[in-house]
Amino acid sequence: MNHDDLLSVPSPVVSVNGLGKVFGTFDPSMIERTGPTTGTARDAFSGSIVAAWDVNFEVAAGEALGIVGESGSGKSTVLRCIAGDQPATTGDVRFTCHEEGTVNVLRLDPATRRRLRIDKLSVVYQDPAEGLALGVTAGGNIADPLTAAGWRNFGRIRSRAAELLERTEVPLDRMDDIVRNFSGGMRQRVQIARALANNPAIVLLDEPTTGLDASVASGVLDLVRRLLEELDLAVVVVSHDFSVIEMLTQRCIVMQHGRVVEEALTDQLLEDPQHSYSQKLVAAARA
Amino acid sequence: MTTTVRRLADATRDLPFALLDEESKREIRRALLQAVATPGYQVPFGSREMPVARGWGSGGLQISLAIVGRNDVVKVIDQGDDEGVNAVNLRRLITTSTGTEESTEVDESTLIQSRHRIPEDAMGEDHILVLQVPVPEPLRGIERDMKELARMHAEADYSKMWVSLYEDKVRNGVITQTTGYPCLVAGRYVTATTPIPRWDIPRLHHSEFLTLFGAGREKRVYAIPPHTDVEPLTFEDVPFEVESADGARCKLCGSTESFLVETPGETSSWSCSDTAWCRRRRLA
Repeated sequence: MNHDDLLSVPSPVVSVNGLGKVFGTFDPSMIERTGPTTGTARDAFSGSIVAAWDVNFEVAAGEALGIVGESGSGKSTVLRCIAGDQPATTGDVRFTCHEEGTVNVLRLDPATRRRLRIDKLSVVYQDPAEGLALGVTAGGNIADPLTAAGWRNFGRIRSRAAELLERTEVPLDRMDDIVRNFSGGMRQRVQIARALANNPAIVLLDEPTTGLDASVASGVLDLVRRLLEELDLAVVVVSHDFSVIEMLTQRCIVMQHGRVVEEALTDQLLEDPQHSYSQKLVAAARA
Repeated sequence: MTTTVRRLADATRDLPFALLDEESKREIRRALLQAVATPGYQVPFGSREMPVARGWGSGGLQISLAIVGRNDVVKVIDQGDDEGVNAVNLRRLITTSTGTEESTEVDESTLIQSRHRIPEDAMGEDHILVLQVPVPEPLRGIERDMKELARMHAEADYSKMWVSLYEDKVRNGVITQTTGYPCLVAGRYVTATTPIPRWDIPRLHHSEFLTLFGAGREKRVYAIPPHTDVEPLTFEDVPFEVESADGARCKLCGSTESFLVETPGETSSWSCSDTAWCRRRRLA
């Protein structure tokens, strides 16, 4: 299987081309001074960080793509640039669910970009405090995207919230409790319920189970896997944890120092990693 | 002592019409024009030091002084009462600095400044209602970041306000917010109706009169022009209701159709909040 076959899919929902993000001043010459070959993402000349560069991939409906790498490799930056949490330095990102994929969403104005986050694209963060209002009830956190999408009927908002909480296995008698009083695993389930509120086409998961203990994490992973199968979502999963990547994704890319060093089918990567960094990562995970 | 007081009294004779200098009044009127042109939008203005403390009606006072003319008749109420200390002082300040007439009757007045109430009597296109506003920002209790607030208004992104109404209903079974109920004005801006009770909200919808809101401490003015949509935010299946108490009637005039307030210290003892209206009913 060659390079292009792995990165592109027949009918992509998400297409990412040449995505790059530099923190600090940008000068094209810093690209060759950073990356895996020089062993750093920091440009010694300017002090800028090339957090991600030349990232390309596509994701189809009903499929999950993984982004793996150690802390600081740029994987979360890629996700945040796609989500619109951070402005990208360069690149082209298209969603077929927005203007038939004719528009580079990186160039949209912030208001339109936020609009996409309401009904087309959801993000589940590692830290529930980032995706949820902790002082608001579980139901209220789901009411937020619903009212943003124009829902104005209290009874219907309640039943939709209950339906989503049931689906994510949050006990219904906790629906009217504030999220701050929830355990970590339960908070993640509420975050997932909220992410699904408006039937998005795309869901981005940023270390969804990091920080949870093993048994709770596997429950959340089971849930995510089931939802992926049922809902025909296009999913990007960022994780440093190979068990998460193995469980959820079919294809993945490996990032180091802000660059993609390998892309492979997930099984293949775990069995036979090609790049030395991937080999190290897999070996560490298997140890 | 007497000399000092007389000198001070003499000094006031040199003060400009309506206390403020012409440039200041002009600046306030400009802000008001913008406010009328963008109903419900909070327009910043250069709030001045006034002879009343900020938070005591200085915003409403500045509007009244900026728009009052020689032929106006001024009525000032505090909680519906013309005789409240603050109402008396503000009215005196406006009339003595302009020589305008004062009245407690709505139909004789043209400029009505108020805190907490809209008079019970019908007002027409010849009336301007000036409301004193403590907190002009309807989202203040929901979002603290000024930049984020500005963004929410700019994009008409009011989902957090809806979530707070949802939470209120879930926790209390009803939407409990009584005074300053948030309204969508002209289908665009969510606006604080300041501490007027819910009772008065329907009277802002498609009103015949112009309502100007002034927040002196917060340095904002805004407006609801005549014939403007004013919709209290509520869910489709949770009707907006005004205050009511079973069997309450005014102990003075017997009214059941006006906004009633409980007499402090007594139970089940009610009287009209609008004292001029109540007095006229008793005399009739």
